[in-house]
Amino acid sequence: MQGKKEKALKAKKPAALGPDLDVTGFTRDVKPWRYTPTPSLPRDIIERSVNVGVRPDEKGRAGTYFQIDHSTVFSATQKMFEGKAEIMSTEEAFEKYDWMDDYWWKVVAVDADKYTALAEMEWDKGYFIRALEGQKITLPLQACLFISKDNLNQNVHNVIIAEPNSEMQIITGCTVHPNVQRGLHVGISEFFVKEGANLTFTMIHNWAQNFDVRPRSGAIIEEGATFANNYVCLKPVKSLQMYPVAYCKGTNSRARFNSILYGAENSYLDVGSKVVLQGAGSRGEVTARAIASDSAQIYSRGLLVGEHGNSKAHLECRGLLLSDSSFIHAVPELIAKAEGAELSHEAAVGKIAKDQIQYLMARGFSESEAESLIVRGFMDVSIFGLPSQLQEEIKKMVDITTVRVL
Amino acid sequence: MDILRIEDLNVEIAGKKILKNIDLTVPKGEIHVLLGPNGSGKTSLIQTIMGLCSCNVVSGKIWFDGVDITDMPINERVDLGIGIAFQNPPAIRGVKLGHVVRSFLEGKGQAVGRDIKLARAVNFPIEFLDRDLNLGFSGGEIKRSEILQVLAQRPKFAILDEPDSGVDVENLEVIGKAINNFLEGRSGLIVTHLGHILNYVKTDVAHVLIGGRVACSGKSTEVLGQILKEGYKWCERCLREKGVKECKEKRRKH
Repeated sequence: MQGKKEKALKAKKPAALGPDLDVTGFTRDVKPWRYTPTPSLPRDIIERSVNVGVRPDEKGRAGTYFQIDHSTVFSATQKMFEGKAEIMSTEEAFEKYDWMDDYWWKVVAVDADKYTALAEMEWDKGYFIRALEGQKITLPLQACLFISKDNLNQNVHNVIIAEPNSEMQIITGCTVHPNVQRGLHVGISEFFVKEGANLTFTMIHNWAQNFDVRPRSGAIIEEGATFANNYVCLKPVKSLQMYPVAYCKGTNSRARFNSILYGAENSYLDVGSKVVLQGAGSRGEVTARAIASDSAQIYSRGLLVGEHGNSKAHLECRGLLLSDSSFIHAVPELIAKAEGAELSHEAAVGKIAKDQIQYLMARGFSESEAESLIVRGFMDVSIFGLPSQLQEEIKKMVDITTVRVL
Repeated sequence: MDILRIEDLNVEIAGKKILKNIDLTVPKGEIHVLLGPNGSGKTSLIQTIMGLCSCNVVSGKIWFDGVDITDMPINERVDLGIGIAFQNPPAIRGVKLGHVVRSFLEGKGQAVGRDIKLARAVNFPIEFLDRDLNLGFSGGEIKRSEILQVLAQRPKFAILDEPDSGVDVENLEVIGKAINNFLEGRSGLIVTHLGHILNYVKTDVAHVLIGGRVACSGKSTEVLGQILKEGYKWCERCLREKGVKECKEKRRKH
């Protein structure tokens, strides 16, 4: 750990993308929260967490991790999943396992930029989720990272391990108390999807208008394993910049990124997904949907790197502009480093097509109903490939947003 | 009484005159056919009736069931009872065909499961109800999806824009019969290029459009028979004669 601290100390460089932030402008001073079963949490916290897919009643969930500010307030697996899946804070995981160092700063570099450095220097826990070898976790595990104090800086470092031949669904929600306007959330997430394992990770963000967010994520996918990463951001945020990467290391490994972004008001969103195809027969798929309204600025990036001759990936990026003062910049990139790597992309950005509105009006919908149908259709969560109940829950969240906005 | 009456309609698209002095009437309970070569204005005419596209009505009126609909929003025309099966509908991601079909059925208080029955009536796999509108549909599937939506709507007056193009023989019969059953006792306007659909659907009157004008109107079997025999040259001649006649008429008045 010592070497990493030194590296982090030296890393003061701004991130390559997104507005540069003065990380010293946020407070680190916050009272600790007591350990509390999630149903007993304050009502406003419960309401907010439900909006990001986290159920305090734990119904239909295999386990829960709940962090408020810098404190873990709850973490447990349901009884029937004990011995199959583990969920705890990364701090606790370090106490429990001496091998935690093998998974710490292994996919994300500690000195990547000032935010990774901050997460090392001022580490505020985060979740550790693990499916044990051969275990199929039939219900999703959930994690909530919550900020209750205005202008707080929260730096979490999460580790997710799907042991060989395991299967697991995770839903995580990051959100703030209604009184929180400003703040900085840095989230490091390192994923290890081992041989034959299948991990679907769905993250929902609901921040505040003056909030800054810098997630840094990386995944290693081994032989025959599949990693699906879904991301939804529906509420305004001051600035959010992330560019998660999946390394398809193993033979026949698969990575899929899906994202749905709704940029409203003055939001600045710079969100990408990167897949590096290193194993024979590795496959990647990136699907990005971005909607910009009001004065939102969205950069929707995607990068596929074919390092193996027998690899294939596709990138699809679609953007919808709902106002003249909003902006979407689609940046799809392909890098082939080996002969035989098949990489492709399609990108389309524009306003709602008039012929689509007229078509739906000819089916009896009013103009505003037609627009709303098209926008909701554009944010179709079925692209996530989730189990029907979870899909229905996320669909409801998206629908609530579109109804509110349109 | 007329279900549709078009009076001296002149329409421009992007400043170009597309439809010229159109007079056309469809009495209640009749099915009319609109014929004409490519680019003659057939689709522009039905789009204008529906209020679609950037068709700018320069002069003239469109009456539907006694109501002036010339400047009415599209969905209000639909509420009055006009339905349309598009020739080339746009694909709309994330909006399911079933959603549109069910919205019509629910609006009419139809029983649950009726969408599946209707899909079967046009030989349409029911899983298509869960597909995004027209996305990745073949030419034939588009036609069946369009007819399915019209059947769900049950409009008083159905406009069918080339329901037979791109449909294989087997499905042509299925669609043709479904349309014929549906149109019985109703009114409609069918645009067709080669008239295949007319082997299955009983129609009353045909109108031929040439260069944005109605060249002639007559009994559909006779008009179509003549066109199949002589091609649209016959209609062009007819239009020329009409023009000469109009010219003489004007000179006589002067």
